[in-house]
Amino acid sequence: MNTDLRLTIDRIKCDGHGLCAELLPELISLDDWSYPIIDPGPIPERLAPIAQRAVATCPVLALAMRRTRVSK
Amino acid sequence: MSGLRLLAGPDLRSGAEALADHTRRLGAPALGGRPLIETLVRSGLGGRGGASFPVGLKWRAVAAAASKGPAVVIVNGAEGEPQSHKDKVLMATRPHLILDGAFLAARTLRAAQVVLYIGEEHRKAWSAMALALAERPEAERRITRMAGAPNRYVAGESSAAVHLIDAGAATPTTTPPFPRERGVAAVPTLVQNVETLAHVALIARYGDAWYRSVGRRGAAGTVLLTIAGGVKSPGVLEVEAGTTIEEAVGATGGVSEPAAAVLLGGYFGVWLPAMQAWEIPLDGEALRGRGLALGCGVIGVQPAARCGVCDTARIMRYLAEESSAQCGPCFFGLRALSDACSRLAERGTNRDDIARLKRWAVEVPGRGACKHPDGAVMFLRSALSTFADQFASHPAHWRQQPA
Repeated sequence: MNTDLRLTIDRIKCDGHGLCAELLPELISLDDWSYPIIDPGPIPERLAPIAQRAVATCPVLALAMRRTRVSK
Repeated sequence: MSGLRLLAGPDLRSGAEALADHTRRLGAPALGGRPLIETLVRSGLGGRGGASFPVGLKWRAVAAAASKGPAVVIVNGAEGEPQSHKDKVLMATRPHLILDGAFLAARTLRAAQVVLYIGEEHRKAWSAMALALAERPEAERRITRMAGAPNRYVAGESSAAVHLIDAGAATPTTTPPFPRERGVAAVPTLVQNVETLAHVALIARYGDAWYRSVGRRGAAGTVLLTIAGGVKSPGVLEVEAGTTIEEAVGATGGVSEPAAAVLLGGYFGVWLPAMQAWEIPLDGEALRGRGLALGCGVIGVQPAARCGVCDTARIMRYLAEESSAQCGPCFFGLRALSDACSRLAERGTNRDDIARLKRWAVEVPGRGACKHPDGAVMFLRSALSTFADQFASHPAHWRQQPA
């Protein structure tokens, strides 16, 4: 099951600390310069708690979860 | 050169048309308010700053957002695209057409402030607009000021314009919120390119049916173009929408030597093989159907004698340097792409760099606050396909050719 939440990132705030990718490799990988590449799809329910932790752990508060319309 | 509508009237070489001459020639705009917005929607006019956003819909959005308070109108005359001159020419010759459009917007959207945002290096355009503003009625002058856009590529981006006016830095900001929702001083802000406003000034006089009454191959209206590169007489001209690239280049006297490719839309645009480019109609809708865009209306003709790889490397270096260095994927990604292009140009084809370019071209787009990285990558991808043979067997040279 998927939630109706998606990960979003403020690209100007993001400094490429990379903690999010360490916590949530299922949805976030890092590019060659250690900036996150984020899975654009809805967050699966089982990963929602870890996603919440990744959001809270971002040192510059660039990562967020946004509610989006569920596509059927 | 020639003009059909925006550039009709006195010889462009005689400079800016004065208010008295402008009013004698065209009369005063008839339409305003809500009917003007609906007329703009029906006209199908799209923004001419590059993104082609439907003008009527943008005005509707600002009007709705500003229903409870004042709005701001930004007249965008920051023409950052190096090959583009149409906005500078229009400002320097028909400033009152632009100002008519700006104050129609201000009245229609009940804006308390109008900002003329003009490239500080566009000296002729700046002084023509300043002199024209001084000729306008006191009620218009009182709400208007001028702001200089720094000579940077991204300064003309709409959130960057708002950011400069608000905070003195012409760098893009994270959207949403978009300027039309929350712009200068946090109020709804219309950011509109100068050519677009000039079209509005005429549509307000003559209506949407008139606007659509010219155009070829099913297209509507006219467009300003800058013809650059290997042509006999480069410059700005106005053509009917739907005119083909070949016809537009022909109208300036044609190519000066055999052409290999066309760069459509400037550095934010795409390379097309010349044979494929000639028949393409210059019209937003027709171009969208082919996965293309008019962008800022630059048609750059690439002579066959020039090296496509070296020119691509030169332009990628420019685009990398013009990153506003706010978003990592843009700042580091474009720099890496540019370095790989330069290595290919200087040392010749190598498989590793080609592979890197292809991987990064997938990873980098969509990961900046503005569309700068997306545009640079789209430009690069078009180079890799248009100049595929040259990229596959590029010799170790770096032709330091002037732009």
